[in-house]
Amino acid sequence: MDVLSSGDTAWMLMSTALVLLMTVPGVALFYGGLTKKANVLNTMFMSLIAFAITSIIWVLYGYQFAFGADMLGGIIGNPTNLLFSGIGVDQLSGTIPETVFIAFQLTFAAITVALISGAVVERMKFSSWMVFVIAWVSLVYVPIAHWVWGGGFLSALGALDFAGGTVVHINCGVAALALVLLLGKRKEVKLLPHNLGYSVIGAALLWFGWFGFNAGSALAADGLAGQAFINTNTATAAAMISWVIIDYLKTGKPTVLGAITGAVAGLVAITPAAGFVTVQGAIIIGLVTSVVSYLSISYLKPKLGYDDALDVFGVHGMSGLWGALATGLFAAPFINEATGLFYGNPEQLLIQIIAVVVVFVYSFVVTLIIGKIIDIVMGLRVEDKEETEGLDISLHEETGYRI
Amino acid sequence: MKEIVAIIRPNKLDEVKDALEETGCHGITVTEVKGRGRQLGITESYRGSDYRIDMLPKTRLEIVVEDADLEKVIKTIVETAQTGDIGDGKIFISPVEDVVRIRTGERGEKAV
Repeated sequence: MDVLSSGDTAWMLMSTALVLLMTVPGVALFYGGLTKKANVLNTMFMSLIAFAITSIIWVLYGYQFAFGADMLGGIIGNPTNLLFSGIGVDQLSGTIPETVFIAFQLTFAAITVALISGAVVERMKFSSWMVFVIAWVSLVYVPIAHWVWGGGFLSALGALDFAGGTVVHINCGVAALALVLLLGKRKEVKLLPHNLGYSVIGAALLWFGWFGFNAGSALAADGLAGQAFINTNTATAAAMISWVIIDYLKTGKPTVLGAITGAVAGLVAITPAAGFVTVQGAIIIGLVTSVVSYLSISYLKPKLGYDDALDVFGVHGMSGLWGALATGLFAAPFINEATGLFYGNPEQLLIQIIAVVVVFVYSFVVTLIIGKIIDIVMGLRVEDKEETEGLDISLHEETGYRI
Repeated sequence: MKEIVAIIRPNKLDEVKDALEETGCHGITVTEVKGRGRQLGITESYRGSDYRIDMLPKTRLEIVVEDADLEKVIKTIVETAQTGDIGDGKIFISPVEDVVRIRTGERGEKAV
């Protein structure tokens, strides 16, 4: 018989608000600062509207399909309580009210789709983005969340994902890649941040909010939350330092954009591992992840030629991939009920690889299909004239700066 | 009468303005401008990619002086705006045919 814990409930209410802060305004500012001046509002708006749309989907049917009792052999949840009917005020999910768990999970779904926007900014139609958000959350996020967290087949297999390395980061990174392949390159592909200060504030809010994301994923105010908390901060710090060292080695000068990109890569990489690894493991995960993302942005992207505007695949996809695999390496049996390769269980790494491949392929293929259909029906890309003029004025009749 | 157009570093504006005031030169028009010189701008690096920023922000001063004050004003601007590094800017001097003070209708050097 579950009993409500007011301590756990208080922490989860706070964690939920912390994760909200990551999207609104964390991601909006992080991305907004990196784009051109004439696209700053459109870029921020994509995150805002993604959060609003996902919020409605989640309470009407998203949560129910993702976390309903397993059916169809682990593919999807059984959607009782559709339209939020029948979910009582006193109903519990573990030691917290189910309403709190629903709200907490809502913020994860919303940030995942908002993150994708970073790849497609400066050229995607806003109307098509809104349709994409509805389709993608329903057909990609909800099933994958069920597979990994809702009792679906990947969790049955034993795949470890503490706070969303596969569900959130690999998923959004791969979807971003698929969508930019459909959209094509921007006319002007340079990454010249128009206000890097916004991005520093955005990254700082991500770091802050990520304590809710990772430590909140313990779903309790306990020692495991504490371990996830310290791991999150440690890996992030290590990744920032690592990226700064790479900058020094490559160009002789450390960059602020490099430092915050490293921090975000560290946050991404520790996400699946936060509640499974030691602090020592977190340091290694953080140090390595900047190398993975740096190489992917500096070599893989130019070589393959896709225009991932703000490096969603390079940071979230690749660091998410490393984090998911690293969980299979560093998971320590004395931290949580999971054992990785370095503690004598090579099978865990294999399970992690299977989970990564499944999420990678499903997200890529279904995103391509959704994107292609939207492209045929309403077009994905703005007119050339609108792109040249800037999306703020051409799509919203507003400008970010009257100075 | 001569018109002096000086392109200087934006962060040197206050220093130049104060020095000009000390020499008795009060009237000045200032504009924020962008441009480039012989070096074609500078290089900036973002996430490992280098980009040439070929239009840099500069400050443009317009000053009209009597012929007798010309060298003094030029000397003041050069001395205060100079750092010795690339990007200090340039001064252009050209003759002025006439000047009119709109408030009184005065013409010529009296109106400067």
